[in-house]
Amino acid sequence: MSRASILTSEIDPTSLINEVGSPQYGAISLFIGTVREVNEGRSVSAIEYSAYKSMAGAELDRILDEAEARFGVSALVVEHRIGLLALGDISVAIAAAHAHRAPALACTRYVIEEIKKRVPIWKQEHYTNGTREWVDPTHASQVSRA
Amino acid sequence: MSTVTVQLFASYADMLGAPTVELPLTPGTTVQDLVRRIRSLPGASSLPLAPRVAINRSFAGSDQLIEASDEVALIPPVAGG
Repeated sequence: MSRASILTSEIDPTSLINEVGSPQYGAISLFIGTVREVNEGRSVSAIEYSAYKSMAGAELDRILDEAEARFGVSALVVEHRIGLLALGDISVAIAAAHAHRAPALACTRYVIEEIKKRVPIWKQEHYTNGTREWVDPTHASQVSRA
Repeated sequence: MSTVTVQLFASYADMLGAPTVELPLTPGTTVQDLVRRIRSLPGASSLPLAPRVAINRSFAGSDQLIEASDEVALIPPVAGG
Protein backbone atom coordinates (compact mmCIF):
# COMPACT_ATOMS: atom_id res chain seq x y z
CA MET A 1 0.00 0.00 0.00
CA SER A 2 1.73 3.15 -1.23
CA ARG A 3 0.21 6.50 -2.06
CA ALA A 4 1.42 9.97 -3.01
CA SER A 5 -0.78 13.06 -3.17
CA ILE A 6 -0.39 16.73 -4.00
CA LEU A 7 -3.05 18.63 -2.09
CA THR A 8 -4.13 22.13 -1.13
CA SER A 9 -5.63 21.27 2.25
CA GLU A 10 -3.80 20.95 5.58
CA ILE A 11 -1.73 17.81 6.11
CA ASP A 12 -2.71 15.68 9.09
CA PRO A 13 0.32 13.54 10.08
CA THR A 14 -1.80 11.35 12.37
CA SER A 15 -3.86 10.19 9.42
CA LEU A 16 -0.66 9.18 7.60
CA ILE A 17 0.50 7.17 10.60
CA ASN A 18 -2.85 5.43 10.78
CA GLU A 19 -2.75 4.73 7.06
CA VAL A 20 0.61 2.91 7.08
CA GLY A 21 0.35 1.36 10.55
CA SER A 22 -0.37 -2.34 11.00
CA PRO A 23 0.40 -4.97 13.67
CA GLN A 24 2.83 -6.59 11.22
CA TYR A 25 5.12 -3.54 11.51
CA GLY A 26 7.32 -2.67 14.45
CA ALA A 27 8.40 0.75 13.18
CA ILE A 28 6.83 3.79 11.59
CA SER A 29 9.15 6.58 10.45
CA LEU A 30 7.53 9.99 9.93
CA PHE A 31 9.22 12.96 8.27
CA ILE A 32 7.55 16.36 8.39
CA GLY A 33 8.75 19.46 6.54
CA THR A 34 7.50 22.83 7.78
CA VAL A 35 7.70 26.47 6.72
CA ARG A 36 10.67 28.20 8.37
CA GLU A 37 10.72 31.86 9.36
CA VAL A 38 14.21 32.72 8.07
CA ASN A 39 15.99 31.77 4.84
CA GLU A 40 19.34 33.12 3.66
CA GLY A 41 19.16 35.65 6.48
CA ARG A 42 15.88 37.06 5.24
CA SER A 43 12.73 37.16 7.29
CA VAL A 44 10.01 35.03 5.67
CA SER A 45 6.30 35.73 6.20
CA ALA A 46 4.83 32.89 4.06
CA ILE A 47 5.68 30.52 1.22
CA GLU A 48 3.62 29.90 -1.88
CA TYR A 49 4.11 26.39 -3.30
CA SER A 50 3.15 25.53 -6.87
CA ALA A 51 3.53 22.35 -8.91
CA TYR A 52 3.35 20.78 -12.32
CA LYS A 53 0.76 18.54 -10.76
CA SER A 54 0.48 15.68 -13.23
CA MET A 55 4.25 15.22 -13.48
CA ALA A 56 4.79 15.73 -9.74
CA GLY A 57 2.34 12.89 -9.09
CA ALA A 58 4.06 10.66 -11.65
CA GLU A 59 7.53 11.44 -10.27
CA LEU A 60 6.37 10.77 -6.70
CA ASP A 61 4.94 7.42 -7.82
CA ARG A 62 8.32 6.55 -9.38
CA ILE A 63 10.09 7.49 -6.13
CA LEU A 64 7.72 5.28 -4.13
CA ASP A 65 8.43 2.36 -6.48
CA GLU A 66 12.18 2.91 -6.07
CA ALA A 67 11.84 3.13 -2.29
CA GLU A 68 9.93 -0.13 -2.17
CA ALA A 69 12.58 -1.85 -4.31
CA ARG A 70 15.48 -0.45 -2.24
CA PHE A 71 14.18 -0.81 1.30
CA GLY A 72 11.38 -3.35 1.06
CA VAL A 73 8.96 -0.75 2.39
CA SER A 74 5.51 -1.22 0.88
CA ALA A 75 3.53 0.79 3.44
CA LEU A 76 4.50 4.30 2.40
CA VAL A 77 2.47 7.50 2.12
CA VAL A 78 3.61 10.93 0.92
CA GLU A 79 1.57 14.13 0.96
CA HIS A 80 2.86 17.45 -0.36
CA ARG A 81 0.83 20.60 0.09
CA ILE A 82 0.72 23.45 -2.44
CA GLY A 83 -0.77 26.93 -2.24
CA LEU A 84 -0.01 29.68 0.26
CA LEU A 85 1.41 28.30 3.52
CA ALA A 86 1.98 30.20 6.76
CA LEU A 87 5.00 29.92 9.06
CA GLY A 88 5.01 26.55 10.81
CA ASP A 89 2.58 24.95 8.38
CA ILE A 90 3.39 21.43 7.24
CA SER A 91 4.47 21.45 3.58
CA VAL A 92 5.34 17.76 3.25
CA ALA A 93 4.83 14.58 5.28
CA ILE A 94 6.21 11.11 4.61
CA ALA A 95 5.25 8.04 6.62
CA ALA A 96 6.93 4.66 6.12
CA ALA A 97 6.20 1.47 8.04
CA HIS A 98 8.34 -1.66 8.19
CA ALA A 99 8.90 -4.60 10.50
CA HIS A 100 12.18 -2.93 11.59
CA ARG A 101 13.33 0.65 12.14
CA ALA A 102 16.37 0.80 9.83
CA PRO A 103 14.49 0.35 6.53
CA ALA A 104 11.69 2.67 7.71
CA LEU A 105 14.16 5.45 8.61
CA ALA A 106 16.23 5.00 5.43
CA CYS A 107 13.07 5.07 3.34
CA THR A 108 11.78 8.42 4.60
CA ARG A 109 15.25 9.91 4.16
CA TYR A 110 15.46 8.61 0.60
CA VAL A 111 12.01 9.92 -0.33
CA ILE A 112 12.57 13.48 0.96
CA GLU A 113 16.01 13.72 -0.68
CA GLU A 114 14.59 12.56 -4.04
CA ILE A 115 11.64 14.96 -3.75
CA LYS A 116 14.11 17.81 -3.37
CA LYS A 117 16.05 16.72 -6.46
CA ARG A 118 13.37 15.83 -8.99
CA VAL A 119 9.74 16.46 -8.14
CA PRO A 120 8.48 19.54 -10.07
CA ILE A 121 7.33 21.63 -7.13
CA TRP A 122 8.45 25.22 -6.61
CA LYS A 123 8.26 27.69 -3.78
CA GLN A 124 8.12 31.44 -3.81
CA GLU A 125 9.12 32.98 -0.51
CA HIS A 126 7.22 36.03 0.67
CA TYR A 127 9.38 38.25 2.88
CA THR A 128 8.28 40.51 5.68
CA ASN A 129 9.54 43.54 3.69
CA GLY A 130 6.88 42.83 1.03
CA THR A 131 9.18 41.33 -1.64
CA ARG A 132 8.91 37.82 -3.11
CA GLU A 133 11.45 35.48 -4.67
CA TRP A 134 11.50 32.00 -6.23
CA VAL A 135 13.74 29.66 -4.27
CA ASP A 136 16.52 28.18 -6.40
CA PRO A 137 18.43 25.47 -4.51
CA THR A 138 20.98 25.29 -7.33
CA HIS A 139 21.95 28.92 -6.71
CA ALA A 140 25.46 29.10 -5.24
CA SER A 141 24.50 30.69 -1.92
CA GLN A 142 21.77 28.09 -1.33
CA VAL A 143 23.67 24.92 -2.25
CA SER A 144 25.15 24.33 1.20
CA ARG A 145 21.69 24.36 2.78
CA ALA A 146 19.86 22.43 0.05
CA MET B 1 3.20 23.05 -40.14
CA SER B 2 2.57 21.40 -36.81
CA THR B 3 3.19 23.14 -33.52
CA VAL B 4 4.03 22.17 -29.99
CA THR B 5 2.87 23.86 -26.80
CA VAL B 6 5.50 24.15 -24.10
CA GLN B 7 4.35 24.55 -20.50
CA LEU B 8 6.27 26.99 -18.31
CA PHE B 9 6.26 27.15 -14.53
CA ALA B 10 7.40 29.31 -11.64
CA SER B 11 10.40 31.54 -12.47
CA TYR B 12 10.38 30.51 -16.15
CA ALA B 13 6.70 31.50 -16.56
CA ASP B 14 7.52 34.86 -14.93
CA MET B 15 10.52 35.31 -17.23
CA LEU B 16 8.48 34.79 -20.42
CA GLY B 17 5.34 36.40 -19.05
CA ALA B 18 3.09 33.44 -19.90
CA PRO B 19 2.28 29.91 -18.67
CA THR B 20 2.78 28.42 -22.15
CA VAL B 21 4.51 29.18 -25.44
CA GLU B 22 3.57 27.69 -28.79
CA LEU B 23 6.32 26.98 -31.30
CA PRO B 24 6.43 25.58 -34.83
CA LEU B 25 7.66 22.00 -34.87
CA THR B 26 9.66 20.63 -37.78
CA PRO B 27 10.37 16.90 -38.09
CA GLY B 28 13.52 15.88 -36.23
CA THR B 29 13.32 18.66 -33.63
CA THR B 30 15.20 17.66 -30.48
CA VAL B 31 14.93 18.96 -26.92
CA GLN B 32 18.10 20.95 -27.50
CA ASP B 33 16.65 22.56 -30.67
CA LEU B 34 13.47 23.49 -28.85
CA VAL B 35 15.40 25.10 -25.98
CA ARG B 36 17.42 27.13 -28.48
CA ARG B 37 14.19 28.44 -30.05
CA ILE B 38 12.67 29.28 -26.69
CA ARG B 39 15.81 31.14 -25.61
CA SER B 40 15.46 33.41 -28.65
CA LEU B 41 12.00 34.58 -27.53
CA PRO B 42 11.60 38.00 -25.88
CA GLY B 43 12.49 37.82 -22.18
CA ALA B 44 13.98 34.32 -22.42
CA SER B 45 17.66 35.17 -22.87
CA SER B 46 18.35 34.58 -19.18
CA LEU B 47 17.06 31.00 -19.34
CA PRO B 48 19.88 28.52 -18.66
CA LEU B 49 21.56 27.07 -21.75
CA ALA B 50 20.30 23.61 -20.83
CA PRO B 51 17.24 23.81 -18.58
CA ARG B 52 15.59 20.56 -17.53
CA VAL B 53 12.87 19.54 -19.97
CA ALA B 54 10.07 17.05 -19.42
CA ILE B 55 8.31 15.12 -22.16
CA ASN B 56 5.10 13.34 -21.24
CA ARG B 57 5.75 13.89 -17.53
CA SER B 58 9.29 12.40 -17.51
CA PHE B 59 12.66 14.17 -17.67
CA ALA B 60 14.07 14.08 -21.20
CA GLY B 61 17.61 14.02 -22.57
CA SER B 62 18.88 16.83 -24.81
CA ASP B 63 18.86 14.59 -27.92
CA GLN B 64 15.31 13.29 -27.43
CA LEU B 65 13.01 13.95 -30.38
CA ILE B 66 9.81 15.91 -29.88
CA GLU B 67 6.51 14.95 -31.51
CA ALA B 68 3.55 17.29 -31.94
CA SER B 69 1.43 15.13 -29.64
CA ASP B 70 3.97 15.28 -26.78
CA GLU B 71 3.29 17.10 -23.51
CA VAL B 72 6.38 19.29 -23.19
CA ALA B 73 7.42 21.38 -20.20
CA LEU B 74 10.42 23.41 -19.09
CA ILE B 75 11.27 22.59 -15.49
CA PRO B 76 12.93 25.33 -13.38
CA PRO B 77 15.14 24.26 -10.45
CA VAL B 78 12.78 22.34 -8.17
CA ALA B 79 12.31 23.35 -4.54
CA GLY B 80 9.79 20.98 -3.00
CA GLY B 81 9.91 19.75 0.55
